[in-house]
Amino acid sequence: MANDVKPRVRVPKTASAGEAIVLKTLISHEMESGLRRDSDGNIIPRKIINHFTCTFNGEVVIDVALEPAISTNPYFEFEAVVPESGTFNFTWTDDDGSVYEASEEITVG
Amino acid sequence: MKITRRSAMMLGAGFAAASLLPALPLYASVEEVEARIAEFTGGETPGEGGITLTTPEIAENGNTVPVSVSAPGAVSIMLLATGNPNPDVGTFNFGPLAASQSATTRIRLASTQDVVAIAKMSDGSFVQARNEVKVTIGGCGG
Repeated sequence: MANDVKPRVRVPKTASAGEAIVLKTLISHEMESGLRRDSDGNIIPRKIINHFTCTFNGEVVIDVALEPAISTNPYFEFEAVVPESGTFNFTWTDDDGSVYEASEEITVG
Repeated sequence: MKITRRSAMMLGAGFAAASLLPALPLYASVEEVEARIAEFTGGETPGEGGITLTTPEIAENGNTVPVSVSAPGAVSIMLLATGNPNPDVGTFNFGPLAASQSATTRIRLASTQDVVAIAKMSDGSFVQARNEVKVTIGGCGG
């Protein structure tokens, strides 16, 4: 399933310095909780994204530890301030060690 | 089939035996939730106020329940779902570039239960908020 994982982020293209901007992120991932059973009664192994971070020019905006109780296709909405133009980097870490990444530029003017 | 006293007894015994099977726990115990809170706060009792937890009053689908939490001045916020098999939901840690200590996400709820948010403030104190969410269809599979 790992190749189906598609991160999507929404970042404004421009902002003024010090302004609070809203960031929205969504990533397609089944977030298998490890509690469900398949039709044969076997437990489906847990496979979730367990960590999400958002950084701007290397500085942390938010860092989230995820548990199986986060819904399928984890969605996050939060606010950031941007002191200068730069790049937002978003990373999602899977239980199997894969890291999914996305980045967006923003211009401060 | 006529229900005799004997068959009723057998049925009862069967249910009792089934309930004793080492099945997955259906929900976290109160002690477990208390333990998670104590782990996060280091044993301190969280205060009230200064934290806003926004949840729907009734969630038709427990698989995706939108939850917002906001605690101005918080360093991190932990969310717990007291009625889930595993009460942990997630922990948000806010960095220096976070404009507000707030976040929105979607969570799974197994049944009608309380959702608890505990924020660690920058001065080291803790505050919590607790909301009940009524769930029509549970979100933890079976």
